[in-house]
Amino acid sequence: MAYSPHTPADRERMLAAVGVTSVDDLFADIPAGVRASSFSVPPPLSEQEVRAELSRLAGRNRIAEVSFLGAGAYRHLVPSVVGEVIGRSEFSTAYTPYQPEVSQGTLQSIYEFQSLICELTGMEVATASHYDGATATAEAALMACRLTRRHRVAVSTAVNPQVRRVLATYCSGPGIEVVEVPADLAVGGSGLTPVEAAERVLDDGFACLVAQQPNFFGGIEPMGELADASHAVGAQFVAVVEPTSLALLAAPGTYGADIVAAEGQPLGIPLSFGGPYVGLMAARMESVRQMPGRLVGATRDAQGRRGYVLTLQAREQHIRREKAASNICTNQALCALAATAYLTSVGPAGLAEVADLSITQARHLATALETAGLAERRFSGPYFAEVALRVPDAVRRHAALAAGGTVAGLPLESEYPELHDTLLLAATELTTDADIAALVAALEGTR
Amino acid sequence: MMPDDLRYSREHEWVRVEGPIATIGITGFAADELGDIVYVELPEVGSQLKQFAGFGVVESVKAVSDLYAPISGTVTEVNDALRSGPELLNTDPFGAGWIARVELADPTEPEGLLDAAAYAELTAG
Amino acid sequence: MSADLAGDASGRGAAFTSPDGGEVLTVVEPLIFASSRAGRRAVRFPAPSARAKAAAASQPAIPADACRAAQPRLPEVSELDMLRHFNRLSHLNFAIDLGFYPLGSCTMKYNPKVNEWAARLPGLAESHPLDPAVLAQGSLELEWLLGELLKEISGFAAVSLQPAAGAHGELTGLLMARAYHRSRGEGEQRTRVLVPDSAHGTNPATATMVGYTAVTIPSNERGGIDLAALRAALGPDTAALMITNPSTLGIFEDQIDQVIAAVKEAGAIAYMDGANLNAILGRFRPGEVGFDVMHFNLHKTFSTPHGGGGPGAGPVGVSERLVPFLPGPQPILVSGDPVEVRESAWAGRGTPGATFALEPGGARAESIGQVRAFTGNFGMFVRAYAYIRSNGGDGLRQVSNDAVLAANYLRVRLADAYDLPFDRICKHEVVFSGRRQKRANGISTLDIAKAILDHGVHPPTIYFPLIVEEALMIEPTETETLETLDHFVEIMHRVATLAATDPDALRRAPETTPVGRLDEATAARRPDLRFVAEPVVAEAG
Repeated sequence: MAYSPHTPADRERMLAAVGVTSVDDLFADIPAGVRASSFSVPPPLSEQEVRAELSRLAGRNRIAEVSFLGAGAYRHLVPSVVGEVIGRSEFSTAYTPYQPEVSQGTLQSIYEFQSLICELTGMEVATASHYDGATATAEAALMACRLTRRHRVAVSTAVNPQVRRVLATYCSGPGIEVVEVPADLAVGGSGLTPVEAAERVLDDGFACLVAQQPNFFGGIEPMGELADASHAVGAQFVAVVEPTSLALLAAPGTYGADIVAAEGQPLGIPLSFGGPYVGLMAARMESVRQMPGRLVGATRDAQGRRGYVLTLQAREQHIRREKAASNICTNQALCALAATAYLTSVGPAGLAEVADLSITQARHLATALETAGLAERRFSGPYFAEVALRVPDAVRRHAALAAGGTVAGLPLESEYPELHDTLLLAATELTTDADIAALVAALEGTR
Repeated sequence: MMPDDLRYSREHEWVRVEGPIATIGITGFAADELGDIVYVELPEVGSQLKQFAGFGVVESVKAVSDLYAPISGTVTEVNDALRSGPELLNTDPFGAGWIARVELADPTEPEGLLDAAAYAELTAG
Repeated sequence: MSADLAGDASGRGAAFTSPDGGEVLTVVEPLIFASSRAGRRAVRFPAPSARAKAAAASQPAIPADACRAAQPRLPEVSELDMLRHFNRLSHLNFAIDLGFYPLGSCTMKYNPKVNEWAARLPGLAESHPLDPAVLAQGSLELEWLLGELLKEISGFAAVSLQPAAGAHGELTGLLMARAYHRSRGEGEQRTRVLVPDSAHGTNPATATMVGYTAVTIPSNERGGIDLAALRAALGPDTAALMITNPSTLGIFEDQIDQVIAAVKEAGAIAYMDGANLNAILGRFRPGEVGFDVMHFNLHKTFSTPHGGGGPGAGPVGVSERLVPFLPGPQPILVSGDPVEVRESAWAGRGTPGATFALEPGGARAESIGQVRAFTGNFGMFVRAYAYIRSNGGDGLRQVSNDAVLAANYLRVRLADAYDLPFDRICKHEVVFSGRRQKRANGISTLDIAKAILDHGVHPPTIYFPLIVEEALMIEPTETETLETLDHFVEIMHRVATLAATDPDALRRAPETTPVGRLDEATAARRPDLRFVAEPVVAEAG
């Protein structure tokens, strides 16, 4: 099935106008020695055959009936109205708004997005978005290096391991050294980043400390104290946050964060096997010239109408080229639009309900498993909507449950060898009492 | 229109010498080339400039240009008005749009720069 | 609280001031905050059950000092108002689904809707990236099959789907180049990346991000890379050459074999920017002529929607010698013979007996790591896979044939009205110069673009590539009818005529769009980057 509308007559007319007899003449400048020797792409399919093939692949997935899997991607309600908004092809089939006069829809929605992220995070400026939370975090660390002119970055081991790996990959580019601050992962320990551990690592060679709130294990970190420890050595504090938690938890701008990064997937973006997601970044206005990524600003036209444009573009690759803060060319505009539609459709009350239900069900889950004698909390401290639980023979039992369509969170041992027999379970507003009862029953069945 | 009492560098900066202090800026030609200037990264007071080395950046909406020091010396003053009004570089590049005052390290350096006529020739071509 | 969100955001009748002073502006569509009233709700959620609350009570409470003092000041709106707002905003956009969008270098082809249908299938949309492999065979298989198709299309030995965008693919490619050189003990000595002067800005920016120095190589008078200059610049300190082929001038590098030979001889990595793949499908496979790495732009060549500026996807193909350095984890075939599995899938028989997984963590010690979380922009993989299967091999060949034919058609039809810096057969895009109009009346390519807006089509790309004065880059793609192309030719002729006879009309343009030319200088001098209850005018710096 092809989408080209040209009939043979159309092609003849164009060939005649160009003055060649065959379209192959237009490729004559490809030297014979470099022409493709084969092109064995399977034959075309009609629409119904394409549907059948994609349905086949979708059918080979089994979407768990009961799932407590989080660890950086969360199963939340995507309100129906969000799908309507991003389904409008005026949004989805538009390009980057380089001609602002015909792109006010995209530009104004990004301005609204920037405004909402600033409000959630308590920061003064937010970008138009990045590829995902992990790359936003990496870019934030590099930004801190530029701001401080230092070459070392400290990161807590309680930050999501995928984020830490991406940070390491990005820092390997300009040769920035990444040093770990060990979290207290002992059995019965806090599961948090001890401030003394941060202080032992940090010195005036560090551009920043990166910590996550809630942390990878759902724990509530002493972010204000970690910020103080960073500032004591003149380093920036980079807070990696979860956006729905900001309905209840303190905004990073109020506890001394210099740069904020986040994964925006929980804001109305489907799981979709890991992407596309949306990275959030926010900072103070005084740092804006070192911020990577697009920014939309308000202005006016000659007729006195308010309008929006991409601004401060001199930071970006198409102008600075080799001197740009980052090579980033895109933002994740349609995903940012989904987040904007989500936040405006749930509002502050709805977001608070999501957070409240998530933390209630996480606690309900922990109590139910503890009461049944099936699990114990690994860490002693308070947690948000995710909790690390010790379950004997966790890996075998997790696999048995998965084969039956129940995902009991994430076994942590492969990422944290010391967290033997530990599962990380998340709850959201979609977690029902029946889900929890089903998990208890399933785990019972694998004793 | 090139003021006669100034010296010019090939990188389109001008110098006005008043005793031991030189005032520096960018020329109207450079400002016109850049378009509407939106931001100037000013040097710090007390910093050392080296002739022809980069010392700052000037940005317009669509372009970025490095600033190259036309003379060597110590920065004694910067034009804070440019922080809130970078457009002064467009409207009055030789007057209110001055960038910095510098204590000359070598008073003979300005003589090696272009005079008004030579700069006019450079920019005519 | 919400009352003050609304008052300043409505614009209508309220003092909505311009960033540089007290002037009252008119507002095309108020900010969403204007509809906010305390207590308005749209989507609601259930309350926790009594049982859940009782069970939760025995768990440690979140300390008060970790909590917000007050709710975030998000707008409180009704679902209807919110939907109307976004619908009205969408009406302010131009889009491919409304009209011709001949942006050079962007490949604004039709985004097929069956791709959207596929991406929304619950079996794919609800798949968690960390699900055990037993539950995710469909997702893993789709990634594996797409990788196989991209390998065949490009001639490369292996593909990583991980990078989220073209620039991200470039970053991945240069990180792999550096890892390769380090593995051979040449990491310290190879510090420079060569880039043609016609390159997209992401190329030198990426070089800097990876700690390299970007060195510019001039183009020759035929629009190709200057081979002599390239040879002179290549040496033991060269890490890589990054080259776009066809170039950003829309011209095929007819000395590409010599270019690659020179790069190889210097021991450097040959990187191809695959943004212009739409020109050469079925005709040229970079992996089989010696390129080491190339990024694909799924949102260009493979029809995934541009979304107003993303999401896209930038998978990379690599030669054998770079395979160890690919980011991970890669999707792999665990059981089944790859040749049989492919043939069975292509024949519509599915892949019975084949099982897939992600490489175990740390499987390849020399991998550069991860360039993003999880395996990539899967939603775009679904769309690209559907597109490739729809077209098939013959269809993809036809895509390039028609894209190149359409661009050459526009080249010959517009050559009388605009200067053509490189008067030769082009590929899928053609670059004109507005210098004739500039010299005649001072009309810039920007003025020409703004005038085109008043005719209901999107202008071409302007001021890129940088090596062409007043550049105007046109890429029609293969999905536009001849009538659309002819209508565009008429528009371009009319604008050229106006430039000569009534240049002031162009300087006033656009006059029929929702807003006219916007004051970008003030937007940059006095940045207003967010709404607050009272408009904030901040100075950056």
